[in-house]
Amino acid sequence: MNVFRFIWHNHVQVLELTLEHLRLVGLSTLLAMVIGIPLGIVIAHRPRFNKPVLASANIIQTIPSLALFGFLLPVPWLGERSDRLAILALTLYALLPIIRNTYTGIRGVDPAVVEAGRGMGLTESQLLFQVELPLAVSVILSGVRVAIVISVGLATIAAAIGAGGLGEFIFRGLAMVDDRVILAGAIPAAILALVADFGVGWLERRLQPR
Amino acid sequence: MHAASIPVIEFRDVSYNVAGTQVLSGFNLQVQSGETLVLLGRSGSGKTTSLKLVNRLLSPTSGEICVKGVSNGQGDVIRLRRSIGYVIQDVGLFPHFTVARNIGLVPKIEGWSADRVRARTEELLQTVGLSAEIASRYPHQLSGGQRQRVGVARALAANPEILLMDEPFGALDPLTRDELQREFLLLQQRLHKTVVFVTHDLREAVRLGSRIALMEAGRLVTVLAPKEFLRSADPLASAYVRAFGEGLESAANRGTA
Repeated sequence: MNVFRFIWHNHVQVLELTLEHLRLVGLSTLLAMVIGIPLGIVIAHRPRFNKPVLASANIIQTIPSLALFGFLLPVPWLGERSDRLAILALTLYALLPIIRNTYTGIRGVDPAVVEAGRGMGLTESQLLFQVELPLAVSVILSGVRVAIVISVGLATIAAAIGAGGLGEFIFRGLAMVDDRVILAGAIPAAILALVADFGVGWLERRLQPR
Repeated sequence: MHAASIPVIEFRDVSYNVAGTQVLSGFNLQVQSGETLVLLGRSGSGKTTSLKLVNRLLSPTSGEICVKGVSNGQGDVIRLRRSIGYVIQDVGLFPHFTVARNIGLVPKIEGWSADRVRARTEELLQTVGLSAEIASRYPHQLSGGQRQRVGVARALAANPEILLMDEPFGALDPLTRDELQREFLLLQQRLHKTVVFVTHDLREAVRLGSRIALMEAGRLVTVLAPKEFLRSADPLASAYVRAFGEGLESAANRGTA
């Protein structure tokens, strides 16, 4: 097929852009986990903050991605390098599923188990790290999985602001009206999403409490 | 009763309010060393609240609770809780830990050596009538009765002097419940823990308790030994006796008719 011949001929660039893509998705997901998981834990323990935090994350989610990239462009330190900007935008989008699933996972732990633990004299941090998080881990990971799959798709748009990634092929193909070029970006992106989905899904099942 | 000895647990004029509702008011009660004090009452009478005040899962609105002569509001609440065994109806075993890890958790975080924890776990499994091979199983692989036995073993793990039990046998089938009640009595003959036991079942109260504290609407109505309770002229106590007595009689009548 034409598409695969095209990919084969340009495999160096395909590989390069795939790596760029991976970097955007990987860094943003990592950042979103570092911010989102603690935030999810906090709102699970303090219901007062639950509505405002989830609502904010929800609102971010409704901003069209191209518009968000555009809004962030004039911000000084960010605008200097478009990949910084793309990573921040992708992080913001990844927050909602991660915060929400952390919240749901922790709230889903059987209250009797938490009460027994507290009554036995576990400290709050022992309760969190030995009981709540291990029991919530598979729910949290399924949020991470959703975040990654969304990110792989969204990151293609980052090419519009020059952040690189597989979107470059897609935009170039659109400009040239050449399906082969579009698919040279879209196919590797789809494969990335599937592999990430499968990989985290596997981890999720492995860490599932009995 | 030894009037001179300090009660192990003492409620001093305790009230507890939550969201404007008085759950417990003017509550005074002493629990002596080695006795099984049963808190008897209907749902919402304040039994569970009283129990949670002892290990400070709840803090009183006014008054104080003394454990071994010291107000439990002072000092380290974690230390306090580790010195008190706690058994609840839903058991609350950690589903991701094996039976052995469930039982050995408090000793382990208390810094016991692995060997000592293992020996203690084996000893406790035997104490509550479970075979040693159950140690490597997970809670979901156990029956309700086995789970509650593990719950009791876990509460006894760090050898606490006090045991708080909140309807521990309430969710079990009658045969298993009878078995566990019988074993509880045997265990108590050996261990002489100071036990506060919550139930709404008069039969269980009479069978297990050395004294029965009857509660109603957040107040303590009376404290009586089981035999006194059955003869009591107190309207609420006799209502209890009637309810259980008549229930038994009519059930028996239906059987013979």
